[in-house]
Amino acid sequence: MCGIVGLFLKDRSLEPQLGSMLTDMLITMTDRGPDSAGIAIYGDDNPNISKLTVQSDTPDQYFATLETDLGTALGSPVHLRRKDTHAVLHIPRGQLTAARAALGTVNPNIRVMSSGDTVEIYKEVGLPKDVAARFDLRSMSGTHGIGHTRMATESMVTTMGAHPFNTGPDQCLVHNGSLSNHNRLRRKLQREGIHIETENDTEVGAAYLTWRMQKGATLGEALESSLNDLDGFFTFLVGTKDGFGVVRDPIACKPAVMAETDQYVAFGSEYRALVSLPGIEDARVWEPEPATVYFWSHDHTSTPTEKAA
Amino acid sequence: MQTIDMATTSLRDLNATLQAQAEATNQTAWEIVNPKGSHAIAVGLDAPIEVTVKGSTGYYCAGMNKQATITVNGSVGPGVAENMMSGTVIIDGDASQYAGATGHGGTLIIKGNASSRCGISMKGIDIIVHGNVGHMSAFMAQSGNLVVCGDAGDALGDSIYEARLFVRGSVKSLGADCIEKEMRPEHIALLADLLERGGCDAKPEEFKRYGSARQLYNFNIDNAY
Repeated sequence: MCGIVGLFLKDRSLEPQLGSMLTDMLITMTDRGPDSAGIAIYGDDNPNISKLTVQSDTPDQYFATLETDLGTALGSPVHLRRKDTHAVLHIPRGQLTAARAALGTVNPNIRVMSSGDTVEIYKEVGLPKDVAARFDLRSMSGTHGIGHTRMATESMVTTMGAHPFNTGPDQCLVHNGSLSNHNRLRRKLQREGIHIETENDTEVGAAYLTWRMQKGATLGEALESSLNDLDGFFTFLVGTKDGFGVVRDPIACKPAVMAETDQYVAFGSEYRALVSLPGIEDARVWEPEPATVYFWSHDHTSTPTEKAA
Repeated sequence: MQTIDMATTSLRDLNATLQAQAEATNQTAWEIVNPKGSHAIAVGLDAPIEVTVKGSTGYYCAGMNKQATITVNGSVGPGVAENMMSGTVIIDGDASQYAGATGHGGTLIIKGNASSRCGISMKGIDIIVHGNVGHMSAFMAQSGNLVVCGDAGDALGDSIYEARLFVRGSVKSLGADCIEKEMRPEHIALLADLLERGGCDAKPEEFKRYGSARQLYNFNIDNAY
């Protein structure tokens, strides 16, 4: 089943409440996905730093000296901010690729949840309310974010099987549905040199988008080609540095509801997820069309770009 | 007027209360407040009562309805009035996928748009949509009438049996074995009645009728067991 939520703020005065609003939406979707939860949140764009969000099942051990070890390996100062099993590493802007490579030598057992200038991804196994509490998601501010509650069908209930999946710098994907050609596509992508870690179908979807964009496609083009190359059911919500995008497969049996006001654009698997948002009574509420790519970004506010797929 | 507040009453108690109304109840008017997108509101009713839901609902609102008139002052999630037997369900806003699925009777009126699979496998229900319907509407529709005042999406009436489909606007594509059919006087009369019941100001002459070409495998008696 799975639940998806997303919130894109137009009104900057709501930014301090982003974490709290998204957390309420996420918890409402618990009965669609009680086994794991995750959130990608886009915060301040500090022009001097980029961020790696990393995870370890033994954070006390692995994170103890990570800040200095990575700083030494990178030859630049690194700042570490730990949250439960996750840590956000502040890397000097422009050194993200080098930092990922250095991390691999410093401690290859540390998993990278996200990399980018503004995105932070937190995800763990457990009830959404417990996951939200572990990472204190309510206190987070930001411009936009997406979240996911998982009911696993295609792979194990593990941290790495939870969503969102980082697809590229500041890009991530959450998915409701199941892909049926993920095994063959995984082999193809692995032959192309794309790193895929788990047996999870959505990770293959995320890797597919990464691969298409490495080949020069824009995110919008990658999403449109996913309609031809991915077999199965999906409602995708994709986070980018500027905003988020939505695409549903042509059959569109996985639910999706959107709401837009002067203050925000919100996405929920069900209307229930949206009912606590301010001004929802007067929001424009609608269901996104099948096989149609929608985008909202801070560059093109309030006009969804519909492209026939 | 009886009011049930879903902020303080559980869904189970709400439905049990409504389901307990006898045929000859004196409590004929009910109002449900604070639905907040909840699922399965006012399902399985079997009394001639009038229920108004003040807000939008989630999945399966007004499912399996008999006799009752249920009005939703908002939009509804997937599967509204699923398997309705009789009575009337009126949606002021939009309906999500498979509205009126498998309905045997009664009338479903959607004043906004309905999304995909509206009237899938309908078995006698009348569905009147003021706006548009999405793809695969009236898939395997067996009996009853689907009226669409706006446009219909892809694959309308795929594998349809004896249901009648009336569409005023465009049809993106017809499904397998669904064809346009002649509008004879009896269809104009039938549609005029449906439009009046649905509160539509459209004229029956503006519509086209679609139905089964009866060419699929199952229509050939030689294929019967």
